[in-house]
Parts: sequence; C-alpha cells; structure tokens
Amino acid sequence: MSEATIAGSAVQGRAHVFPRAPLNRFLLGLVVPGLLLCLWQIACWARLAPDYILPSPLSVAERFRTELHGGTFAEAVGASLSRVLEGFLSGSSAGLAFGLLLGLSRTAENLFGPLFLAYRQIALFAWVPLLSMWFGGGEAGKIAFVSLSCFAPTAVNTWRAIKAIPAKLRELAAVLTFGPLDYVTLIALPGALAGIITGLRASLIYAWIATVGAELFLDIAPGLGGLLNEGRDKFEIDLMLVALAVLSVLGFICARSAAFVEKRLLLRWRLG
Amino acid sequence: MKRVNTPLSARLRRLAQGLAVPAVLLALWAGLAAANRLPEQILPAPAAVWAALLDSAASGDLWSNTLISLERVFEGFALGALGGLVLGALLGLSERCRIFLDPLFMFLAQVPTLGWIPLLILALGVDESMKVTIIAWASFIPVVLNVHQGIRDVPGSLRELARVLTFDRWYSVTRVVLPAAVPSIFTGLREGLANAWQTMVAAELFASSEGLGYLISMGRQLFQLDLVLAMVLVLGLVGLLVNGALGLAEQRLLRWQEHAP
Repeated sequence: MSEATIAGSAVQGRAHVFPRAPLNRFLLGLVVPGLLLCLWQIACWARLAPDYILPSPLSVAERFRTELHGGTFAEAVGASLSRVLEGFLSGSSAGLAFGLLLGLSRTAENLFGPLFLAYRQIALFAWVPLLSMWFGGGEAGKIAFVSLSCFAPTAVNTWRAIKAIPAKLRELAAVLTFGPLDYVTLIALPGALAGIITGLRASLIYAWIATVGAELFLDIAPGLGGLLNEGRDKFEIDLMLVALAVLSVLGFICARSAAFVEKRLLLRWRLG
Repeated sequence: MKRVNTPLSARLRRLAQGLAVPAVLLALWAGLAAANRLPEQILPAPAAVWAALLDSAASGDLWSNTLISLERVFEGFALGALGGLVLGALLGLSERCRIFLDPLFMFLAQVPTLGWIPLLILALGVDESMKVTIIAWASFIPVVLNVHQGIRDVPGSLRELARVLTFDRWYSVTRVVLPAAVPSIFTGLREGLANAWQTMVAAELFASSEGLGYLISMGRQLFQLDLVLAMVLVLGLVGLLVNGALGLAEQRLLRWQEHAP
C-alpha cells in the first residue's frame, strides 16, 4: 500500500524535500522520540519529579538490563507468547472451520448466522467473569479467553470471503461437476484466501490484547501482564515501562511477520 | 426504482431457521436447569437471569449504571475521536508530520490498550479521569489510522482536478480531499466507538465502583452468575443500539455519493 501512495504523491509534481530511502526516513522518524527522551532525561537530572514517580530513561534501560540478566523476564515473555500462540491456534482454527461451514452451507448460515451475529455484539471482556467461573482463573481460563477472542475475527472474515466468491467460479465448478471436497480445496479456499488471512491477522492482534487482559484480570501468573500488575503493586514504574516497551516491540514483530507470511502466501497462490 | 424482494415465505423460513437454534439452546438450558442438572455456580436457569434483569431494572441499578457507562464511553470517544481526526488529518496531509510523528505514534499504538491501565492507575488514580483517558486512547488509535490512510488513498486524479481548478490548499482540502475520505473517516469512527465500548467494559471490570462492568464484576465476586449473565445481555443490547445509531449517521452523511455524477 505504501508503494502505491508514494507513487500517488509523486503525481503532485512538487520537488521532494524529504528522502525516499526507507532507512533515511526511519532515521528521521527517530528524531522526535529521541528529543522527547532527552527532555525526559534532563527533567530527571533536574529533579523535577522524584525518581519513583518519573524514573529516568537511563534507569529504565538499566532496569531492562538487570531484568534481562537476572530476573524472571525471559520466563514472562515466554509465558505470554505461548498463551498468544495456543489461544490463536485453537481459536482461529475453530473460527476457520465455523466460517467455512457458514460460507459453504446455506442451511448452516440460516441456522447459526443470526446467533453468531448476536454473539458478536457482546463486548469481549464481558466474557472474562463467565470464563473464569467456568474454566477457573488459572491457565485454562486464560487460554479459553484468548481462544474466544480469536474465534470471531477469523470466522466472520472467512464467512464473508467465501460468500464473496464470484458466481462465475461457482458455475464453473458446477459445469466441471466438482464434488464438495474439490470445490472447497480448488475454489473456495484459494478464492477466499485473502479474506481468510485478513481474519487471521485480526485474530492475532486480538490474541495479544486478550493475553494482556487475561494476565491483568485473572490469577497472577508469569507473563508481561503479570509484570505490569507487579509493577503497579510495588510502585515500580520502571518495571512497567520496560514491560510496555517490550509489548510494543513484540506486537510490532508479530504484525510484521504476519504481513510477511501473508505476502508470501498470496504471491504463491497467484503464481500457482 | 424496481426492487427485487425475496418472497415473504422464503424470508419467514429464514427467520424461523435463525430462531430455531437459539430456541433449542434456550429450551435445553431451561430443561437442564429445571431437572437440576446445572449447578447454579456454572449456569443459573434462564428464569433466574430474567428475574435478575427485572430486579436490577426495578431497583434502578440497571438505568443508573448503564447511564454511567454510556457517559464514560461518549466522553472518551469524543475526546479520542476529535484528537484522532486532527492527528490523522495531519499525518495524511503533511509529509513532514508523517515522517516525524508517525513512528512515535505507531510505537505507542502497538501496545495493547489495556496494558496502559496499571500505569494510568498509578498516574491518575482509579477515578473517572483514568477511565476516560484509557477509553479516549482506545478510540484515538483506529481514528488516526483510518483518517490517515483514507486521506492518502484519495485518488491522484481528484487532487489534480483541484489543482487544475486552482483551488488553494484550504479549499482543496475541505472541498475535495476530506469529502473523498469520508468513508474511511467513518470506518475509523466506527472502529473507535467499538474500541471505546470494549475498553469501557474492561476498565470497569478492572477498577470501578459504578457502571455495567462493575455490576458484572460484583456479580462474579458474589457468585451471582444470574446478575452477570443479565448484564452481559444488557451490554450486547446497548452496544447494538449505539452501533446502529452510528450506522444511521453514516448513511446520512454518505448520501451525497449516491447523487454525485
């Protein structure tokens, strides 16, 4: 998308003041955050606020180093990541199956579609108290919540994508007397791939949100949300800032790798 | 205009099919509860949920808490959407803003919204300001993203037209670029409102003494699952109404597109 918009802005024909090279643009992007960090550090040196209210960037970095070496940091990151993955895999594969069912069978769509749409109206976090009653506040409850958060985005996108397959292709399948299995593997899945992947990406984002939410709301356990709670209880703002920064970087890596996989999959399908 | 309607009988059949599964589930639920096969702590009977709903309506708890929740959502959404429109427009219109501000925004937006709650509690306390802030932030992000992208996706031909007509910058932004970006702006507002709603529930569950989320978390602590389920229903219904209202507003504002040549 960015290539297209850059080309689009070239239409304007104005001389470009800013560099086109991604690396240079990236470096320029660091200017404002860098300035803010400097201001923040200077404010801390000037003792504008006590250390425990506003820890300096340097002390946050120091905290990151000690957590990385001695603390339970790796364990926390690993625990959160594994919740994200487990919940994502179970929830989105169930969502994929459900979306396929609704997209392929008119009867299933009429039977379950309205109920599913009604279910989608309920705020995700309203399920936390119920799930914690049903599955407990431990690992099972957390994974159940993450799975639930991944279910609807994949299901609804798969459903829509399959419904959007052009009638021409369906007629083609009928002319070629495809059986249901052939139709699914040769027409429905490839035709709906872009939509399905959109759903999976949305589910992955929800998996992160739900993991942090589950770790904040349910029983205390290792994890990045747990670190945030710990920081709050002990009034250790530096620990919380470290956890938030790590959450941001992990979210970024996740989104980037999902985009990469999407590109590869779609490319292969178009070539094949 | 000719309208193609599905025959009444087909529509009725579809309606019946759509109601069949919920009806069967409800009957199963009621039957199991009547046969004492469902522990109260796992799933209270439908009648109990209904009674809890009527109780809270009669005592006025339902209305006062719904109002408080709605107030928080609208305050936060208004702040977040307004800020989001401004930053999104800046990012979309000015390359300078894009280069200097976008990376910082993306870094902050990457953190799951709820992650900020513990820090905000230390900074602002558990009061109203914390909840409104987190709701505003949650609605801010999608508005910025969609407004930014919507403005940049405005076709080059339209911009060129504005230049050929020698519109000045203000005129071309307000008369050409922004109207063309209205669909994306609305997508952003819609997502922002949905996020505001979700975040309201989460914030109220986490730290609150009023609101629908609070009633849910209280019901859980008192093991009153009937109250929890009743409030979950209310949340769904109110969410549906709020979304529907925004959808209507969108239709009205997009009406010009139908008449455009």
